[in-house]
Amino acid sequence: MAVATPAVRVARLTGTRAARRRTSTDRIMRTVALSATIACVVPLAAVLFYVTIKGLAALNLDLLTKPSKAEGIGGGALSAILGSIQMVGLATLMAIPVGVLAGVYVSEFSSSRSARAIRFSADVLVGVPSILIGIFVFTFLVLPFKQYNAFAGSVALAVIMVPVIMRTTEEILKLVPGALREASLSLGIPTWRTVLSVTVRTGLPGILTGIMLAVARAAGETAPLLFTALGSRLVNVGNFAKPMDALPLFIYQNAREPYELQNEQAWGAAFLLLLFVLIVNVLVRARSAATRTQ
Amino acid sequence: MRDPDRMTTDLLDTRTERAPDAPAAPNPSPAAPNPSPGPAVTYVPQTTGRIDIEHLNVYYGAFRAVNDVSMQITPHAITAIIGPSGCGKSTFLRTLNRMHELTLTARLEGSVRLDGEDINGPDVDPVALRRVVGMVFQRPNPFPTMSIYDNVIAGLRLTGRPKGTDFDEVVERCLRKAALWDEVKDKLKSGGTSLSGGQQQRLCIARALAVEPEVILMDEPASALDPVATLRIEELMAELRSSYTIVIVTHNMQQASRISDQTAFFTMGPDRAGYLVEMDDTAQIFTNPKQQLTEDYVSGRFG
Repeated sequence: MAVATPAVRVARLTGTRAARRRTSTDRIMRTVALSATIACVVPLAAVLFYVTIKGLAALNLDLLTKPSKAEGIGGGALSAILGSIQMVGLATLMAIPVGVLAGVYVSEFSSSRSARAIRFSADVLVGVPSILIGIFVFTFLVLPFKQYNAFAGSVALAVIMVPVIMRTTEEILKLVPGALREASLSLGIPTWRTVLSVTVRTGLPGILTGIMLAVARAAGETAPLLFTALGSRLVNVGNFAKPMDALPLFIYQNAREPYELQNEQAWGAAFLLLLFVLIVNVLVRARSAATRTQ
Repeated sequence: MRDPDRMTTDLLDTRTERAPDAPAAPNPSPAAPNPSPGPAVTYVPQTTGRIDIEHLNVYYGAFRAVNDVSMQITPHAITAIIGPSGCGKSTFLRTLNRMHELTLTARLEGSVRLDGEDINGPDVDPVALRRVVGMVFQRPNPFPTMSIYDNVIAGLRLTGRPKGTDFDEVVERCLRKAALWDEVKDKLKSGGTSLSGGQQQRLCIARALAVEPEVILMDEPASALDPVATLRIEELMAELRSSYTIVIVTHNMQQASRISDQTAFFTMGPDRAGYLVEMDDTAQIFTNPKQQLTEDYVSGRFG
């Protein structure tokens, strides 16, 4: 058989008109997809950039260490920082047992039908506008006492955190291989112990990730606190029966005021909040990267 | 150590279990709750681990996976179960320590008796049963959150064994039995999943041995391993044979002929339900089977 001439070989490899059209279509679609991606990232980058520029300028030691002045102008955001830590902390303590146990139940013990129903409810709860949760908690933890209070704020934040923790717990536990449950049960380890020491233990890094994300979400919530913790100029440490300030509330109040100084304080507080959420997210990433390479 | 009375007490609910160092009942005959003692208890008192299966049917919902299987499994011997894919071998194996119950739709008819006692009886606690009848799976599945050391003692620690147990001793003894000790003795604290596949599988065997079962079920334990690792598992099984009753499901006919004393050949009926064609001494099955189907299968004509 004759060796193919170079001319024949070229025709064979350069392809037909259809192939060339395919190549150009590919190029166009790639460009479109890339543009869409950029459109997604630009707002995030802009927010980060703007808050950082404005916030850094307003950031100083007073903002972190001084309470607000009684007349409202000047001072720092100490009341808001301490308030956020306390309310989010208490909310986390309330939400972890409920969320984790519910996630374990749905993943390990419920029938597939009730699991679907519970999962659906949780997803709806995640989607409920947070101001509705604020009003809901307002009606039974503020109205009866005729007193805005930090406990109601914590409960409202916990209600927001529970479905997030529950869903991540469930998703993570579903990723734990069934082979591990079988291995454990085949050793004569009881079911409850298998769930606790094998299934949950194996999924623990993921569950912690879910908790951290829920904390970050709760720390940034404003609406549920408006009706419950209200906000306060006073530093409130430990008195959950009284109003308490929080960073989002501090931003909301100060951003609406006409004075330049207060607006600057709002930017500073916004930057703190952003920093916190950013740090939590980076920690989460680092954690899951570490567990992957383990 | 393997006194005949242990079986009856072991299979009862653990809540009624005797104190760990209480003397065994002086009466050599089986305990009262079991009026019809099995032959193993009556005739071979020093050996336990005999399994009698009678008219076993297993269903997944409406589908019958195992059709009317009756066989005896000899204690302290290796019984191999061979047959084409999907013929119910694994399902059958899992009914021997009630692991089939993890599949919600699974249900069973017929009887499985361990040394005369029905393992599906109303008083039997599946958790206690699985401490007597252990299992090794197709894919090595060490607990990823635990070290090699912790993997071996997981069954003891998580079942709340007596506080005084010398875990170091258990770990060394079981890893030695599983022919893994020399390879891991210097890194007992490193993760169980850091080992190679074959080592992981031997770790799983060590883990199963630590709870001191009498029967070990193996579901294609070497099918995910390379030939060298497979050979090591086979050598290990030959060593364990003297102290345990072993039932192994395997796709590999050479493996069955190399290691087993008895071989059971399963295949699928027209309704796709698996059934037992023939069970005999391994040499007999591979050289002179009674059934044409068996002969066709072992000579490679189908399956």
